[in-house]
Amino acid sequence: MALEVKPPADNPIPPHVSPDGQDLTLPPGSALDREATRRTRRSFIGLGLAGLGGVLGWRYLLNRPDAEGTPLPFRRVLDANGRLSAAYFRETRLAPEFAKSQGVAQVRTNGTAGLQSAIDLGAWRLRVQPYGGGPAQEFTLADIKALPRIEMTTQLKCIEGWSIVVNWAGTRFADFLAKYPLASRSGQPIRDIANPPADLAPYVSLVTPDEKYYVGLDMHSAIHPQTLLCYEINGQPLSIAHGAPLRLVTPLKYGIKHLKRIGTIAFADVRPADYWAELGYDWDAGH
Amino acid sequence: MKKLVEKHPLAIRWFHWVNFPVLMLMIWSGLWIYWANDIYRIGWGSTTLYKFFPQSFYAATHLDHKLAQGMAWHFMLMWVFFINGLLYVGYTLVSGEWRYLLPNRHSFREAIEVTLHDLGLRKTAPLVQKYNGAQRIAYTAVVIMGIGSLLTGLAIYKPTQFGWLTQTLGGYEAARVQHFLLTVGYVLFFVVHVAQVGRAGWNNFRSMVAGFEIEDVPAAGVTGSMLAQRDPDAKA
Repeated sequence: MALEVKPPADNPIPPHVSPDGQDLTLPPGSALDREATRRTRRSFIGLGLAGLGGVLGWRYLLNRPDAEGTPLPFRRVLDANGRLSAAYFRETRLAPEFAKSQGVAQVRTNGTAGLQSAIDLGAWRLRVQPYGGGPAQEFTLADIKALPRIEMTTQLKCIEGWSIVVNWAGTRFADFLAKYPLASRSGQPIRDIANPPADLAPYVSLVTPDEKYYVGLDMHSAIHPQTLLCYEINGQPLSIAHGAPLRLVTPLKYGIKHLKRIGTIAFADVRPADYWAELGYDWDAGH
Repeated sequence: MKKLVEKHPLAIRWFHWVNFPVLMLMIWSGLWIYWANDIYRIGWGSTTLYKFFPQSFYAATHLDHKLAQGMAWHFMLMWVFFINGLLYVGYTLVSGEWRYLLPNRHSFREAIEVTLHDLGLRKTAPLVQKYNGAQRIAYTAVVIMGIGSLLTGLAIYKPTQFGWLTQTLGGYEAARVQHFLLTVGYVLFFVVHVAQVGRAGWNNFRSMVAGFEIEDVPAAGVTGSMLAQRDPDAKA
C-alpha cells in the first residue's frame, strides 16, 4: 500500500480524464474567461521578461572584459572551482595506477610548443631559481638520476578528451626538493610532504629553455608523490618529441601541464604564467 | 461546469523554465568540448552507421574550435544546473508533488495504454491524476538522468580526487561515454516531450506557464470514481 498514490492534502487531484483535446472554450466575457485571460497574460509577460533578463544577463557576462582569453566572470568561476578543488585536495589521494603491461607502446604526442629550437642534450642543465633568492643553481641529468627512481604507470588525460596509459620513470619533484631545499625561503627541505615547511612557496613555474612554453603549478600538486621529473617512458630515455632530457609528469593535471624539456624551474608567491591558461583554459586544470 | 484548476505550483514552473535554457547551454557547450575528441560512432568493426558528428554537422552549427570556451561555459553553468535540480527535487519531496511524479505499480501498464492511445491504436485514454504513467516514467527517468550526468560529469572532471567514483563507473573513458549517452538521452527526451506538448495543446502548455488548466468539472457531488465511468473521448 505504500505505493498507493495519495494526492497531497492541500492540492488533491483525483483520477480523471485528461482535458487535453477537449473543447474548453470559456464563455467569452464571462468572469472565468476574464480571470483566465488575466492570469495567462500576466504569466506570459512574466516569462517573457524573465527570458529577456536571462538573455541580457548572459550577453552581459559574455561581454565583460577578457581575463586571459575568457570573459572575467567565467575566469572567476574557473578559479573558484580550482580553489574548491584545492580545498578538497589530499596529498594522500592517488591517481589510479595500472600494470606496466597496460601502458601503450607508442605514446601519442600532441603539440611542439617549446620544442622547436635546437637542443644539445649534453650541454643541457636544469636551472632552478631558489625561492629564498640568490643565483640560479644548475643540475645535470645525472644529478636528477642520482635521486630515487620512481616508476609508475598512470593515465595521461589530454584536455581534448582522449587518454592513454603510460609507463613513466623519473624522480619525485618532492624528493628533488628534499635533497635540494630550494622551495622554502629559509632553505628548509621537504621531509614530509604532508607537513612541508611553513615558508614553502605556494607556486612553481616551469619554463622550456626557449621560454616558448610555460606552466604554473600549485605547490600541493607539485610535491604530490605522483608528480615526477620524468626521464624515461617504457624504460627508454625520453625522445625529443616526448621532452628529452627531462619533463614533468603529474597525473593530477591535464596533459597541458606536463611540460616537456624543462629549462628553468622557479618558485612564486602568485600564480605563474601558464601557456594554455592565457588562451582561455582553466589555470588549475586539475583532476 | 468549466473551472480553472491549479496544476503546476509556481516553484515547479520556475525550476522547469530555468532548467530548459541551462540544459540547452550545457548540451551546446558540451558539444564544443566533445568536438576536440569526437570519437563516438554507431557501428561495428570498420562499419560506421553514424559518426558523432559528421563534418557537415560542425559546418552547419559552428561547433568546432571552441574547447576552452566550452569548458568555461560548462563549468559555470554546471552550478546552475546542479542547484536548480537540487531545489526541484527538494521541492517535490517537501511539497508532496513527488506523489504525482514517481511511477507506481500501475504506471507501466498505463504507459503502454497511453502509448497505444497516442499512436491511434487504442480508443480510450486511461484516467490520470496530474501525469499519466508514461509521463511519470519519463519525468522520473529524466531526473535520474540528471543525477547520472552530475555523477559521470564529476567522474571525468576530477578523476583523481573523485577516483573512487570514476573507478565505480568503469574508468575515465567509460564515464565519458556514459556522460555522452545521457546527453543523447536528453535530446531524445526533448524531441518526444515537445511533440507531446504540441499534441496536448494550448491548455496543457499554458499550465506550465500560468499554473492553471481549464477543466470541465462535473457538478458537485460527483466523485473521481464516478468520473471514471465517463467515456473519455466524449467532448464537453
